[in-house]
Amino acid sequence: MSGDAETTNGTVVTGETAGTGAGNSTVDNEGGAGLPRRTAWQRLVGASTFWIGLVLVALYAVFSALSPNSFPTLYNFQTLLIEAAVLLVLSVGMTFVIITSGIDLSVGSVLVFAGVAGAMTMEAVSPGGDATQAGVGTIALGLLLSLVSGAAWGLLNGLLIARFKIPPLIVTLGSFGAALGAAQLLTGGVDVRTVPAALRDSLGFGQTFQVPHMVLVAAVVTLFGAWLLHTTTFGRYTFAIGSNEEAARRVGISVTRHLVFVYTFVGLLAGLAGFMSLAYFGTTTIAGHSTDNLNAIAATVLGGTSLFGGVGSVLGTVIGVFIPAVLQKGFVIVGVQPFWQPIAVSVVLVAAVWFDQKRRRARDSGR
Amino acid sequence: MSALLEARNLVKRYGSVEALRGASFEVRAGEVVALIGDNGAGKSTLVKCLSGAERPDSGEILLEGRPVVLDSPTTARQLGIETVYQDLAVAPELDPAANLYLGRELRRGGLLGRLGMLDKAEMRRRAAEHFRTLGVQVQSLDVPIGALSGGQRQGVAVARAVVWANKVVFMDEPTAALGVVQRERVLDVIRRVRDTGVAVVLISHNMPEVQAVADRVEVLRLGRRVARFTAADVSLEQLVGAMTGALSQEDAA
Ligand SMILES: Nc1ncnc2c1ncn2[C@@H]1O[C@H](COP(=O)(O)OP(=O)(O)OP(=O)(O)O)[C@@H](O)[C@H]1O
Ligand SMILES: [Mg+2]
Repeated sequence: MSGDAETTNGTVVTGETAGTGAGNSTVDNEGGAGLPRRTAWQRLVGASTFWIGLVLVALYAVFSALSPNSFPTLYNFQTLLIEAAVLLVLSVGMTFVIITSGIDLSVGSVLVFAGVAGAMTMEAVSPGGDATQAGVGTIALGLLLSLVSGAAWGLLNGLLIARFKIPPLIVTLGSFGAALGAAQLLTGGVDVRTVPAALRDSLGFGQTFQVPHMVLVAAVVTLFGAWLLHTTTFGRYTFAIGSNEEAARRVGISVTRHLVFVYTFVGLLAGLAGFMSLAYFGTTTIAGHSTDNLNAIAATVLGGTSLFGGVGSVLGTVIGVFIPAVLQKGFVIVGVQPFWQPIAVSVVLVAAVWFDQKRRRARDSGR
Repeated sequence: MSALLEARNLVKRYGSVEALRGASFEVRAGEVVALIGDNGAGKSTLVKCLSGAERPDSGEILLEGRPVVLDSPTTARQLGIETVYQDLAVAPELDPAANLYLGRELRRGGLLGRLGMLDKAEMRRRAAEHFRTLGVQVQSLDVPIGALSGGQRQGVAVARAVVWANKVVFMDEPTAALGVVQRERVLDVIRRVRDTGVAVVLISHNMPEVQAVADRVEVLRLGRRVARFTAADVSLEQLVGAMTGALSQEDAA
């Protein structure tokens, strides 16, 4: 029924076009042809993403109004994006995991481990163990090691969760500790500080047409994630497993394999995030990522992804990453103590989950 | 006529509970068999064994006379056996079309399809078409089916099984949540499917319904088949008697 108009019980239902007014009416489809299609506007307003997006826009507007000379500047906007880039990459992966009704507490530690693995590899192949002057080949090798080690932790998580049926909370709590511990063992607890200058200049601080490369990488990851989740069978199975794992199994979806893929994918993204963090900070920042997992979960849930599984979107997660980021920047610029930021985020987060549960209960009782 | 699908002496234990104790069952092409029995008689368990959702501990399953091992629902589906489970086994957060095509998604043509991209528009179009021809009412194709009424959800589950089956459809209490009109529709669907030569196994506690639609009736009691009837010449008393054990026709088959 795409495009062409059909007449059912005297109601004209136009397939794709918005605003016919027939959208919400229940048509008795005795003949069945003209199932009402919700208009674009109704779909928009019905989505929790829309409302949380409005919150983000409102926050941006309020801070811009309060501080018109320093908040809405290009520089501020760029830093906002750069500082959110690493968390965004982690959160895109987290979105997949939470949609399967799982959780990954290990992302921050895997990020650190992957950064250490990449940095130590680059040092190891550089003369004198100083990677500062290293070239493209060395950098590529470092990237590869970061990605592979991240994916390996994810694979381990996935196998323990999907094949050995250990709850994700426990498995990833374990690898949260283990990956960080392993990183500290490798480095003796001292950050690796020689990071190739070429890497820092290209990825860390580089920009093209005012677009920082960190942001570019995060954007590509986000677009890929959105494509994978919302348009492919992989994404469809991710939703199906989170919605009803047994149903997914009965229709022949290989649930175990899929979950292993999902956790490996998250690990891979954490590995990439580790390499990005390395490029940006110029050091492995071993001690700096203990709350990344919670930030990524908060961002994902804030963006409308349900902890019960089966529901979520990458776009929502993007918004969920930027609400805390805007609050943080805004409070600093406006001169509110930044300690308010986590409090404000928590309030929004709890409110968001409360709304989600209310919505579910309303739906379930409507059966 | 020989059996299309046949179970011989199936045993299935859940821990200390013996759900099936040597149950036999058979269904022929193009007939509707009602599988009846008291609560806990083992009907759902038998269906799960015959649709690959559970593996029996012992016993034999034959499809068109040849022994088969139904080690997963996928295997059964590949052999043309579809099931409407008692718990429906749908994904409440997905829309009706996504549920209808779950595990059998249509992909786009060319490279995009090989990358795994779904053809959502085509699935939606065909789903609407299937729902229409099957007379399944769905209030909207855009809402998650968890938001539909119980009857509409059941309709989607029935459609999903019927659309794909080419040998046997099991329906475990498909009319349990339905009003009079929708119940009639499901019975209509059952007859229409039977007329295409597919075998339908209907589980129901509703005896008038059984007598209205079934060609034959097989009765399960305490994990065993205890009686078989031709629907046309069986009385309600006989059916109830067989279910409660007051009347016993065969003990082990
Ligand atoms: N997964 C399971 N674990 C343990 N026991 C089970 C399980 N499934 C079924 N049983 C037991 O097996 C027996 C048969 O159950 P089954 O669901 O097959 O009955 P049924 O005939 O479908 O009943 P109803 O008419 O109530 O649906 C019951 O005693 C039940 O408690
Ligand atoms: Mg049952």
